[in-house]
Amino acid sequence: MIDFVMDFVLVLFATLRDVLPILVVIIFFQIVVLKQPIPHLKKVILGGVYVIIGLALFLMGLEKALFPVGQIMATQLSDPEFLGTTLGGPSDWRSYYWIYIFAALIGFSTTIAEPSLIAVAIKADEVSAGTISQIGLRVTVALGVAFALALGTFRIVTGTSLFVYIMAGYIIVIIQTFFAPKKLIALAYDSGGVTTSTVTVPLVAALGLGLSSSVPGRNPAIDGFGLIAFASLFPIITVLGFAQIMELKTRLFKIKIKKDEI
Amino acid sequence: MDLIPIIVVVVFFQSVVIRQPFPQIGEVIFGFLFVIVGLMLFIEGLEIGLFPIGESMAYALAKKGSLVWLLIFSFVLGFSTTIAEPALIAVAKEATVISSSAGLIESDEKTMYNYAMGLRLTVAVSVGLAIVIGVLRILKGWPLYYLIIGGYILVMLMTIIAPKEIIGLAYDAGGITTSTITVPLVTALGVGLATVIKGRSPLTDGFGLIAFASLLPMIFVMLYGLFWF
Repeated sequence: MIDFVMDFVLVLFATLRDVLPILVVIIFFQIVVLKQPIPHLKKVILGGVYVIIGLALFLMGLEKALFPVGQIMATQLSDPEFLGTTLGGPSDWRSYYWIYIFAALIGFSTTIAEPSLIAVAIKADEVSAGTISQIGLRVTVALGVAFALALGTFRIVTGTSLFVYIMAGYIIVIIQTFFAPKKLIALAYDSGGVTTSTVTVPLVAALGLGLSSSVPGRNPAIDGFGLIAFASLFPIITVLGFAQIMELKTRLFKIKIKKDEI
Repeated sequence: MDLIPIIVVVVFFQSVVIRQPFPQIGEVIFGFLFVIVGLMLFIEGLEIGLFPIGESMAYALAKKGSLVWLLIFSFVLGFSTTIAEPALIAVAKEATVISSSAGLIESDEKTMYNYAMGLRLTVAVSVGLAIVIGVLRILKGWPLYYLIIGGYILVMLMTIIAPKEIIGLAYDAGGITTSTITVPLVTALGVGLATVIKGRSPLTDGFGLIAFASLLPMIFVMLYGLFWF
């Protein structure tokens, strides 16, 4: 129990240190530039305290529960003994199918719990007056991350160039941008940036490094990179795709209305 | 609720696929409880603390009518939250070790320190600038996709000329810059600004700041690589 309390205090201080620059900026601007008190000061302070304590608890829980398990599982799954060498040698990409499934599932489930994404989803829900549901956006983004990690682990196993995948992804995003409803483009781009923070990055990094060190012929320094880049690109594609599907539905409806007007 | 998928995945793989005893089950359950309570507090704190402060600052700065102060605020917010970002510090350190062992930079202590510090400064400046550009876009009502597509094309071109060793790092730098506290604040700032400024829609114009903050660091880190190697 004392260990837990000590850990908590340490994590709390680390979180406070991260928040400090933001706090300084806000206080400076309120006092020196805006020269006015913060509205609902007590509530805001309480909210700030909630955020810091909540984040500290969250991070500590992750360190105790999720990260060790995730890392052990990533190494166990990429263990040559577990994989077996029945399918044409250890470098055959088909023998790693559990890895792809695991990567996709862990990508999906950690993204659902990602605090940054929750924050953006709450705002999007609020601003769109409920048309973009909180859970809908989170699931769409999580599907993007799931696909990204499955493809990213496949890339590590096969050792193909990161550059080619990223270029292809960008080209898809650019093409989609032309056809997607303009209203949702900004939100889609933002969803790419928020997927990879507190929960996803450490797990994904462990998976990438573990996998690239157990697949024969892969170098962790070169092939271990890139999963994070994948996880920030593919959610843009799924959110834009989702927006396009919604748009198609409403367009059919609009055509009907226009006909009526004429 | 938010954690059910994680629990299902972990339990399924442990019991069905790996079939090995679960390591330290007690500690894991305890940790999950922490995560759940922490997440609940965090969300509550967002609603009553971070979102309102971000929005009220956006309103107050817009009402003050000083473009210079608004842009300074944007830059400082982006810069200060990134320079202290633990993930960035860790990655910069790791990148320095990799680069020096590959013989790309001198392996004496001073060069390594300069390299790591330079990397952090580069990323922090680029995030600061990203928020400035994003805020300017909201004010002027520029369409986001021109800027982002332009950025993507720049990233592709830079990838061709940038040193190979920096590319993986540059791509990942885009993803690690936006921390859990920065995202709600920056989102509230953008949405707040788009709400007060006439003719802007909070949905179309309010989002997009984070997109810039993940794009610009890639370009800047590749430039940094060109400068060093």
